[in-house]
Amino acid sequence: MAQSQTQPASAPILEIRGLTQQFGGLRAVSDFNVELHPGEMVGLIGPNGAGKTTIFNLTSGFYQPSEGEILVLGENTAGKKPHQVTSMGVARTFQNIRLWNEMSVLDNIRLAQHYQLGYGFFHAVFRSKHYKQREREVETKARELLEVFGLHDYAEELPKNLPYGTQRKLEIARALSSQPLLLLLDEPAAGLNSADAKELIRLIRWIHGHFNVTIWMIEHHMDVMMELCTRIKVIDFGETIAEGTPDEVRNHPAVIAAYLGDENI
Amino acid sequence: MTKYSLNILMVVSVILLLGMAHFRLIDNYIQMVAMTIGINIMMSTSLNLVNGNMGEFTCGHAAFMCVGAYISSVLSVFCFGSKFGDPLLPAASVLIVFPIILLIGGFVAALSSLLVSVPSFKTRDDYLAIISIAVNYMIISAIENMDFIGGSRGFQGMKDTVWAMIDIFDGPWMMFWVVSFMFMTVWVIRRFINSTYGKGVNAICQDEVAAEIMSVNTNKIKIINFMIAAGLAGCAGGLYAHIIGYVNPQSFNILKSTEAMVMVYLGGMGSLSGAIISAVIFTMLLEVLRSQAIIDGLLSPITLVFPDWEPSAGVIKWVMIPLLLVIVMQFRPEGIMGNRELSDVFPRLKKFYRFK
Repeated sequence: MAQSQTQPASAPILEIRGLTQQFGGLRAVSDFNVELHPGEMVGLIGPNGAGKTTIFNLTSGFYQPSEGEILVLGENTAGKKPHQVTSMGVARTFQNIRLWNEMSVLDNIRLAQHYQLGYGFFHAVFRSKHYKQREREVETKARELLEVFGLHDYAEELPKNLPYGTQRKLEIARALSSQPLLLLLDEPAAGLNSADAKELIRLIRWIHGHFNVTIWMIEHHMDVMMELCTRIKVIDFGETIAEGTPDEVRNHPAVIAAYLGDENI
Repeated sequence: MTKYSLNILMVVSVILLLGMAHFRLIDNYIQMVAMTIGINIMMSTSLNLVNGNMGEFTCGHAAFMCVGAYISSVLSVFCFGSKFGDPLLPAASVLIVFPIILLIGGFVAALSSLLVSVPSFKTRDDYLAIISIAVNYMIISAIENMDFIGGSRGFQGMKDTVWAMIDIFDGPWMMFWVVSFMFMTVWVIRRFINSTYGKGVNAICQDEVAAEIMSVNTNKIKIINFMIAAGLAGCAGGLYAHIIGYVNPQSFNILKSTEAMVMVYLGGMGSLSGAIISAVIFTMLLEVLRSQAIIDGLLSPITLVFPDWEPSAGVIKWVMIPLLLVIVMQFRPEGIMGNRELSDVFPRLKKFYRFK
């Protein structure tokens, strides 16, 4: 369903206009706007309960917005289910790791290509030529991905037996396995020590270049954000309170007030 | 060699079984037990697909068996029986038409599974269990009220089809069909669950949200999975109806569903070999406990104290089997096999066979 509007050279990968989410009487997100262009790395910060994860849940199709629209490559995601949004090129990770713990690492990676398998039940049961070819391709792709992430030694392990930092890495690898254009990272450094966080910064920067994806991330570690993002949006109680380069944001009075409290209290 | 060892072993054992049945080396009773084992394997492996692999909790599996049994019985009476007038098809075609009839029964049963799978989009766990019980009752009550297929009196006449087969060649035909459909069941399930496509089912079990976000169309996979499970149960029902030659809606009530569930939980959730092993053990146990002598022996300490009490095997059986389940759940809650396959428990077996 291509939109009639013509795409300029750097058409935004993601465009959110006037996004509002109402949970009963609570306005979790109000009038949120953002535009992400190819190759950008943008941050989203805010105090706890500001509505950051809600925005990610809306973007990945998990909630339907009360108002406003979300366009992925110019196509509206309204009424689309999360798996359809993922197949449009939006992949995400979770704040608390959500790997399939009883399945091998390789299967975790393989399954993220579920939408592009291109065969159905009867192909699987009769092991048709098409099935065998697709399975081989999916496996090769998954093993390549594990190789570049340095996880190939763990291919047959169960994710629950891996160290925490490796699980984070695996979750990002799984998201990339669906070949996204836009990667949403929800607090990738949560629970990591500073050495691991440094490693993560390197990893994200490398992913950004190597896989040619646009990255939008939520993070509380300010040093991670300062290092990585070219642009940061700050929200509090669902409202956008500041926007700009990391340095501008850091010294913005509204941001300081939101994080440290108003000095007049 | 290892690639085909299991296939060869299976073919040899099937030929041996059929040969022994044909030359009357095993009597009708043993044959009946063997066929019941086959049907129970179909029931437990197919329910395992839903309760074990997908982690949903349904306890109305006999409903689909009932649909399959009735559809294939009615079709087979239409085609080869004399109950509804002259047979539609010549008796010579029975060997080709009979498996098709069973598959049609399975297909309609698969369609009826939509009654459970569509609600499963929004509900799970206990709520889905209640829905599945409700569907079990709905289907039984509906058939009880259909007078043209016998209603609560039951339906018979399928033996004509079996006689037609025996007229062509005097052999253990039902045994042959049970064994072939049992292998088909295990084969379909194994291949489905081992493909990346079918692993979506396991993904739903372990984290449905992650599955949906990582591009698995969870609703579609749920429908397909329920349809496979119900379809295979429907085939099992069709076979059951033709072995007994008589079906009654009440023989597919909640007790039958529970039997299937007991087999799944005994074997271990999500383990195909566990479901097969437990179906064999469970059926054997049912048969062994039918013997009054064994029950008397087991209960002799009690009957010594209370000489007036005369326990009947038919009743005590249903004390023993649930008790077994209680003991298993207490000391080995993951079931006989856990969620592992035979080759995971005994890695050395991998040298001898490969089963994919």
